[in-house]
Amino acid sequence: MTHTDETPAGVRAEDVPGEGLDARLVVARGAFRLDVALTARPGEVVALLGPNGAGKTTALRALAGLSPLTAGHLRLDGAALDRTPPEARPVGVVFQDYLLFPHLSALDNVAFGPRCQGASRTEARARAAEWLARMGLTDHAGAKPRRLSGGQAQRVALARALATRPRLLLLDEPLAALDARTRLEVRAQLRRHLAEFEAVAVLVTHDPLDAMVLADRLVVVEHGRVVQEGAPADIARRPRTDYIAQLVGLNLYRGQAEGHRVRLEAGPAVATTEELSGPAFVAFPPSAVTLHRDRPAAGSARNLWRCEVAGLETHGDQIRADLTGELALAADLTTVAAAELGLHPGAEVWAAVKAAQTHAYPA
Amino acid sequence: MTRSVRRTRTLQVAGAGAAALLALSACSSSDDSSDSSSSPSAAASGASSQKLSGTVTVFAAASLKESFTTLGKEFEQQHPGTKVSFNFGGSDTLAASITSGAPADVFAAASAKTMKIVTDKGDAVGTPATFVRNQLEIATLPGNPDKIASLKDLTKSGLKVVLCDKTVPCGAAAQKALTASDLKLTPASYEQDVKSALTKVELKEADAAVVYKTDVHAAGDKVEGVEFPESAKAVNDYPITLLKDAGNATAAKAFIELVKSAEGQKVLNQAGFLKP
Amino acid sequence: MKTLARTGRDGAVTPRSGARRRRAARGVPLPLLVPALAGLAFLLLPLLALLIRAPWRTLPDHLTSTEVWQALQLSLVSATAATAVSLVLGVPLAWLLARTDFPGRGFVRALVTLPLVLPPVVGGVALLLALGRNGVVGQWLDSWFGITLPFTTAGVVVAEAFVAMPFLVISVEGTLRAADPRYEEAATTLGASRFTAFRRVTLPLIAPGIAAGAVLAWARALGEFGATITFAGNFPGRTQTMPLAVYLALQDDPAAAIALSLVLLAVSIAVLAGLRDRWMTASS
Repeated sequence: MTHTDETPAGVRAEDVPGEGLDARLVVARGAFRLDVALTARPGEVVALLGPNGAGKTTALRALAGLSPLTAGHLRLDGAALDRTPPEARPVGVVFQDYLLFPHLSALDNVAFGPRCQGASRTEARARAAEWLARMGLTDHAGAKPRRLSGGQAQRVALARALATRPRLLLLDEPLAALDARTRLEVRAQLRRHLAEFEAVAVLVTHDPLDAMVLADRLVVVEHGRVVQEGAPADIARRPRTDYIAQLVGLNLYRGQAEGHRVRLEAGPAVATTEELSGPAFVAFPPSAVTLHRDRPAAGSARNLWRCEVAGLETHGDQIRADLTGELALAADLTTVAAAELGLHPGAEVWAAVKAAQTHAYPA
Repeated sequence: MTRSVRRTRTLQVAGAGAAALLALSACSSSDDSSDSSSSPSAAASGASSQKLSGTVTVFAAASLKESFTTLGKEFEQQHPGTKVSFNFGGSDTLAASITSGAPADVFAAASAKTMKIVTDKGDAVGTPATFVRNQLEIATLPGNPDKIASLKDLTKSGLKVVLCDKTVPCGAAAQKALTASDLKLTPASYEQDVKSALTKVELKEADAAVVYKTDVHAAGDKVEGVEFPESAKAVNDYPITLLKDAGNATAAKAFIELVKSAEGQKVLNQAGFLKP
Repeated sequence: MKTLARTGRDGAVTPRSGARRRRAARGVPLPLLVPALAGLAFLLLPLLALLIRAPWRTLPDHLTSTEVWQALQLSLVSATAATAVSLVLGVPLAWLLARTDFPGRGFVRALVTLPLVLPPVVGGVALLLALGRNGVVGQWLDSWFGITLPFTTAGVVVAEAFVAMPFLVISVEGTLRAADPRYEEAATTLGASRFTAFRRVTLPLIAPGIAAGAVLAWARALGEFGATITFAGNFPGRTQTMPLAVYLALQDDPAAAIALSLVLLAVSIAVLAGLRDRWMTASS
C-alpha cells in the first residue's frame, strides 16, 4: 500500500480540520526518491519506522526545513511551511546524538531557543530553568554537555527542543545513542514527556520496540515509500512486508487464498482457519512451529514442510532456527528440544504448524 | 657571518694589521714597480701576448650589470676559449661572500667602504684601483611635473621623496650631499637599496628619489634625471681588484685591464659612469 | 548517519571525544625519534648560533637606542592590527570556503593561498600596483578620500595582513571543515538565523582553530619584511618595523642586527608562549 494520493487512509486529521500536521514529502536525491505522506493530529505521536536507508531521516530533515522539498507540501496547523526557512518554523528537533552545544551549559543550551525567539537573557534562562526542572535536571543546569550522562543529555536535548514551544516535535532515533541499561529508563521517561506534549510529535526509529512503546501510530517506510501504517498493535498482528514481519517476529507469506488454503507464491500451500479468497497474507510466529526429525503423522489441519537448518541463533533460553527448503521460515524451540533433535546447520527436519496458529488476512 | 660579527673593533684592528702585512708582502714581491696601479697593467700587457683560457669569475656591484655583461662578451670574443661568469649583487653581500670563501677571481665594488671589507680580510691582491665613479642624480617623474631643479627643491612640502637608507652607499652619499649643502630633508622612506628607491618613482609612488646617474640611465624614459651641483660633493668611487684566491689569475688580470682600458671606459661611460 | 557522540563506560555522552589519553612517553619508535630530533636540531641550531655569536657586551648599548624601541613598538602594533584585520576579513572568508558551495570554490581557495607562495617583495609590488597612489584602486582612494597607503603605518598593516591572512584563513577553514556542521543546523531549528548560528555556535566551537590561526598570522606579520619594505617603505617610527631595522643594520653593523634580532626573538617567544598557554589549552 503506497500513498500517492494526498489523504491516506486511516488518518484522523479530519477530526480537527486545519490542526496538526498534513504533509506530503517528496525529496529526490540522485537515484533515491522519498515520497511519503504524513498526517497527524495535535497530541499524536507518530513513529516513522523503517530500515536504514529507507529515507526516515530525510523525511525528518524535510519536516525541519534542513532539506528542501522537491515536491509535495507541508502544512502545520493550517499554515504552509514549504518555503519557510528552518529558523522560522515552529519545529523542534531532538537529534540522534543530541548535538548539545558543547561550549554552553545545560541551562544555556535550553535557553538558546528562547533567546533566538527574542526573549531577554534572564527571561530565557528562567524558562530554561523551568524546563530543566520538569526534566528533573535542576542539579545539572550548570553542567557542560560532556559532564552529562547519556540519559541526562537526552533530556536536555528534549528540553531544548520543547523550550521553543514547537507545534511539531521531531525526534531522530532518540534512544539510539544510549546503552541498553539507560535505554529502558530513558524510554519510559520519554514516553511520559511525549504523552504530556500537546502538539504533533514525529519520531524516527529503526527499533520497533521504541516505535511501539512511544508512538500512537506507526508509519512504516521502506525504499522511500510508506508500506504500511496504523496502530502498533494492528501492524504487529498484520504485517504487510517481510521487514515488518521480521521486526515483529512473524513468518509472513503472500499468496492466493482459496477457502481454508492459501497457495503461496513461494510454492506450497498453507492451511488456515480463516476462509478467504483472492490475494492474502499468511503469518505465524516462530513459536508456533514444531520441529521433528522424522516425518510426523499429518493431520488435516496441520501444515508440514521438509526443511533444512540454515542457521541457529540463541535468544535468551530459546533457540531460533532459520530453515530453508520447501518453505523458508524461522522456528523457536527450547535449548533442550534443540539438543534432543541434534540440530546443526545442514540437518534435515520436518516443520509443522497447526492451522489454528496461522493468521490469514487479505493483502 | 663570521667573527666580524662578534667584535667589530678588534677585527678592524686585526684587519688593518693584515692589510699592512699584505702591503708589505706586495711591496716586497713587486718592488720593481713604483706605482701599484701600473703593476697589474704591466702584468696584463705581458699576459695579452700569451694564450688565455678558462673561466673568469667576477663578483660585481649590481649597478655594473649592463656594462660588465657587455664587457664580458667582448672579452670572450677577444680571447676565444675564455668564459666570464658574473655574480651581480649588493656590494656588501658580495664582500661578505668573498670573505666567507666564495670562489671568485675579481671583485668590483660600488664603494671603497665595501672594498675595504675584502682588503681588511686580506682577500685582495694589491691595492684596489678605482675604475669608475658614480654621481648622484635626482630621479623625477617623466616630464618632471614638480619642476625639481636642485637638491633644495626636494625639501618642498608635499613632495614625496625617497632616499636610500644611510646604511647603503647611495644613502650615505645622499646624506653627505645634503649635509654639505646644509639641507634638512625628511623623506617618505629610507629605501633598502637604490633599485627600490628608483622603483618607487617608476611606480609614481614617490615624486622623486636621489639615486645614481647610472640608475637613472638604466631606467630609460620611466624617470627623468635632474643633475644637481651638490652631487659633486658625494661621488662614489668604484674600486676593482684581483682576489687572492683567484683560480685564473692571468685571465682575471686581463679582464681588469679591459675594464680600465679606453674601450672599457667607453662602455661604462655610456651607462652613465664617470671617469675616475 | 554518523554518530559523533560516543557513549563512555559510565554512560556519559562525550561529544568530540572528551577522553584525553596520556601520551605514551615510552616506546617512541626509532625511525620517528631520529628524524624528529634531527628536525628539532635543524630548527634550533641557527637560533642557537645567533645566541652564541650575539654581541653580549655591547648589547645594552644597542638596545638603548630609541630607534630600536620605536621599531619594536611599531612591529607589535602593526602585527596586532594586521592580525585583527585578518580576523575580521579572514574568518568570514574561511566560513564561505568551508560552508558554502559556489562554482569555482576550489579555484578561489587556491587564490587565497597565493600570498603564501608569492615572494613577499612581489606581493609588495602587487600591493603598490593595486593600492599605491597610482594603483588600480589606490588612485581612487587618493582622489576620493585623500587616502594614500604607501609610506604610512596603515600601509605596513596592509602589507602584513596581505601576507599573514592566508595562514589564518587556511587554519580556520580546516577547523571549520573538521567541525560538525550539524551544530549549525541544530541552532537553526532552535530559531537562530544562519548568522546567529555562526556567531553563537560555530564561532565558539572553532575558537581554538581561530586562535591558532591568529597566532600564526601574528607571527608571520611580525616577521614580515619584503612586502612591508616594498609597499610601505622604511621610515623610522612610521614604517620601519623590526625586520626592516634588522635588515638595514645588517648592511653596515651586523652586531647591531643580531642584537635587534634577539629583541624580536625574545618578544615573540614571550608573546607566543603566553598566547599558547592561555588560548590553546583553555579551549581544548
